[in-house]
Amino acid sequence: MRTSELSSRPGFTQTTIGRTVGRNWALFFLIFMVIVFAFTGSGFFEIANFQNIIHLSSTSILLAAAETFVIITGGIDLSVGFVMGLSSALAARIMVILSTTALPVPWIIILGSLAGLVISLIPGFISGTLVARFKVPPFIATMGMWGICNGITLRLCHGFFPIAGLPAALPELGNGYLIYIHPGKSITFFQKPEYLADNQIRELIRLIPFSFILITVVILILWFILHRHRFGQHTYAIGDNVDAAIRAGIDVNRHLVKIYMLSSFLAGLAGVYNVFQTGIGNYTTFSAMYELFAVAAVVIGGASLAGGKGRILGSFVGVLVLAVLKNGLAISGVEPFVRYIAVGVLLIVAVTIDQLFPDLF
Amino acid sequence: MGYIIETRDITKRFGGLTAVDKVSMGVNAGEVVAVLGDNGAGKSTLIKMISGVHRPDEGSILLEGNPMKFENPMGALASGIETIYQDLALAENLNVSSNIFLGREKTKKRFGLFNVLDHPYMLEESKHVLDKLDIHIPSLKSTIRTLSGGQRQAVAISRSIYWDAKVLIMDEPTAALGIAEQKKVLNLVNSLKSQGIGIIIISHQMYDIFEVADRIIVMRRGRKVAERLVSETDPDEIVGLIVGAETVKK
Amino acid sequence: MNTTGKTCQQNLIGEMGKRWVFLFLLLEFAYFSISASGYFSFDTVQMILFYGTEIFLLASAELFVIITGGIDLSVGYVLGFATVISSKLMVVFASLGISPIGCILISIVITLVIGLIPGFVNGVLVAKLRIPPFIATFSMLGITQGISELLMQGIPAKNLPILAGSIGNGYLLYIVPGQALSFFHRPDVPRGVRVYEIIPNVVVFAFLFIAVFAFILKRMRFGQHLYAIGGNIDAAARAGINVRKNLVAVYMLSSFFASLAGIIYVMKYITGKADAGAGFLLDAIAAVVIGGASMFGGSGTVWRTILGCFVIAVLETGLRMMGTPTFDKYILVGVILIFTVLIECFFSNFKK
Ligand SMILES: Nc1ncnc2c1ncn2[C@@H]1O[C@H](COP(=O)(O)OP(=O)(O)O)[C@@H](O)[C@H]1O
Ligand SMILES: [Mg+2]
Repeated sequence: MRTSELSSRPGFTQTTIGRTVGRNWALFFLIFMVIVFAFTGSGFFEIANFQNIIHLSSTSILLAAAETFVIITGGIDLSVGFVMGLSSALAARIMVILSTTALPVPWIIILGSLAGLVISLIPGFISGTLVARFKVPPFIATMGMWGICNGITLRLCHGFFPIAGLPAALPELGNGYLIYIHPGKSITFFQKPEYLADNQIRELIRLIPFSFILITVVILILWFILHRHRFGQHTYAIGDNVDAAIRAGIDVNRHLVKIYMLSSFLAGLAGVYNVFQTGIGNYTTFSAMYELFAVAAVVIGGASLAGGKGRILGSFVGVLVLAVLKNGLAISGVEPFVRYIAVGVLLIVAVTIDQLFPDLF
Repeated sequence: MGYIIETRDITKRFGGLTAVDKVSMGVNAGEVVAVLGDNGAGKSTLIKMISGVHRPDEGSILLEGNPMKFENPMGALASGIETIYQDLALAENLNVSSNIFLGREKTKKRFGLFNVLDHPYMLEESKHVLDKLDIHIPSLKSTIRTLSGGQRQAVAISRSIYWDAKVLIMDEPTAALGIAEQKKVLNLVNSLKSQGIGIIIISHQMYDIFEVADRIIVMRRGRKVAERLVSETDPDEIVGLIVGAETVKK
Repeated sequence: MNTTGKTCQQNLIGEMGKRWVFLFLLLEFAYFSISASGYFSFDTVQMILFYGTEIFLLASAELFVIITGGIDLSVGYVLGFATVISSKLMVVFASLGISPIGCILISIVITLVIGLIPGFVNGVLVAKLRIPPFIATFSMLGITQGISELLMQGIPAKNLPILAGSIGNGYLLYIVPGQALSFFHRPDVPRGVRVYEIIPNVVVFAFLFIAVFAFILKRMRFGQHLYAIGGNIDAAARAGINVRKNLVAVYMLSSFFASLAGIIYVMKYITGKADAGAGFLLDAIAAVVIGGASMFGGSGTVWRTILGCFVIAVLETGLRMMGTPTFDKYILVGVILIFTVLIECFFSNFKK
């Protein structure tokens, strides 16, 4: 064979190690970063910090998961960030309104959250319909929804004011842990020990934040849908070759509407969870660029904007890469602006690797 | 008599795949050479090297006996090698005359300062070349998007011959056409041939080949496996060569 | 021929397909003129132009890139980058004792040159490394944001030459009826005498560049090649067009326009900050799309993009003068954006 005449670069990628590294480079890069930051940042390599990283990335993880499905079909959803804002604001607004009634707090929270989740299906339905039936480019359809959701959110917020005055139980739930250990004294579940004052909370070892459970469940379900269910097969088929998918009998239009609704719903979930996490309803600022960071995470996780490629766990790793980079640089005392530059450079590297070894993924 | 265009042992690899393997061939002025072969035989890759799209990994290309090294399609174009690709390579959003002049737009000086596109000139010239080839297109200002397959083919051909081609390469020129349009394209080929242009034509249509070609080159898996004069062969032999029946015989 | 009637009708609808933005704009303007008192005036038009300058420039920048089938997400932060650089430079040069006009000119030139760098990198990433424009320019967004904040260190530039502000907020022409007419300088008149101000300087400045590049796009080879690249990149390459060089050039052009917008921002608001242009991206892309360009490339004109900008700007000023919250603008821009594409689809189906 002529393989021996090939340059050394493809040669390396053809070895088992080369393949493994190439295919999972984001994971290897993540591990590499963890090792480096373990030395450079005091307090980085600690369970509390790792839990913190995941806890603070939970909404990003949901948004990246949302974007993953859309990107696999070859589309893009620019509205996720503002759908998240819409759900957050609506859930909060409903809760504020219900708080004036005699409704018990659990009901207030449940109804508010449901409202946030239900509303999130609408933008997805609209952009999905536009993309599938009216052949509007995904970029424009979801950009339109971005504007619309943003405007409605700001109405709900009466301008640029986060919505406060929500039940105090919310942040406790959103930031709670499964296990609280008071070393040598007690172990409690779901709540910190009664006898401990708020200012003594640092004495506790807290394990498994609720957000972690939420993320795990969502990722497991999505992983199952994408990799073990017909829905996922069809999603890949559409991204790979729409015409082939149509000829294979897949109802592409219906499927696309579902995809955009799923994406939107996950963004809504992120918005509702955001209310639990912060205790207020937040509109999305322009400079947050949630949707762009979600796309970035998905691409770092090995997806291609051309469609047909992408993995849920890859996107999860993608978010962690960005989150660890941010957290590690901060803990290591690097100035925050470096983070922006680092994300940019990282993204370029990610796609370049993808371009250089296209057959790897 | 020396070939107007000639390849000597040219080879092209894509990663581990050798798409064209040491192929030597030549075309005389006023001659039509057909390149035949199954899908993936390397026909398109061979002509893309001649037209400067790909650079050969090995071997050389000679134009009128002089070795050529094309850095890009522009180099080949400048040397008088015109190519009509399988997908025609027309910009569908532009109009007929813009496509005929694509990449070589005629400009005129304004205020002795800067060059602006000379649309009237390009329209006029386009009309001439289309008339010369007896091609009728309703409006030269209509975009390619609005034209039929045959009209598009005609635009592609007009574009090539407008530039005084020495060599014209056609990749499956009749593949996408109706019967009447196919006839017309073959007539065009014959009239170009009589103007002394060397023509390389790739086709799957055996009828086309025997209608216009003088010589046939058969490729299989990147190699040139046979060369026949049309006058000394018949479709059956060629089909056998294409699918590799002679190896069975051996 | 029996098809003539149909062709005629098709042409009519085709024409409407092209002109509807203009009709829509007229309707919009008429609506606000009726419902917002004082809207129908020359000053309103000047205000739209003055506040819209950055969008006009960014939308033009975006148009060039979109014609080639790409997208430039970095324009907003390149604008910010340019505001930071030019404002810092003006302060530095002023502290060296250079005359105000010298400060401003040198800073503008240096900023425009530095402003080409993000575009150059974008272009190389897209054209040479074949990174999707979306990713390449988003990366550049982060990088320019980071560098801007590095340069700012949290403190916006202070003590800019006063001249900068007076140029940025000045007008081309001042008329005091029956008394004076002067260019660039407000005539000294007693208080209470009405001075008519005609055309803000920044608008003249911006439209000078826009007009030049509109001309290049329409009438010169470079423009023709951009359309060809967007229409069929392979055809362009095979026709001998240097696609890579043109792509690098177009991203540089985009950055250049974003930098121009940044400079104008500094002159108008006498400050520079990293996120000065963060909110402009939606408007810029929306204007291009409303102006009828296809996101797939190969179509779009400066003239229609400017119309698209006006659709948004008229909306924004109209809502403001009606006392409606301006964030309603986002809803309407979103709706118009989607309807534009639906309308284009509708008309192009008719054309077939
Ligand atoms: N740009 C390319 N990159 C990688 N492989 C290619 C490329 N172009 C052609 N090939 C491969 O080279 C072989 C020959 O292709 P081609 O020249 O198009 O054959 P033909 O035109 O005879 O059908 C095929 O196996 C094809 O897949
Ligand atoms: Mg071929």
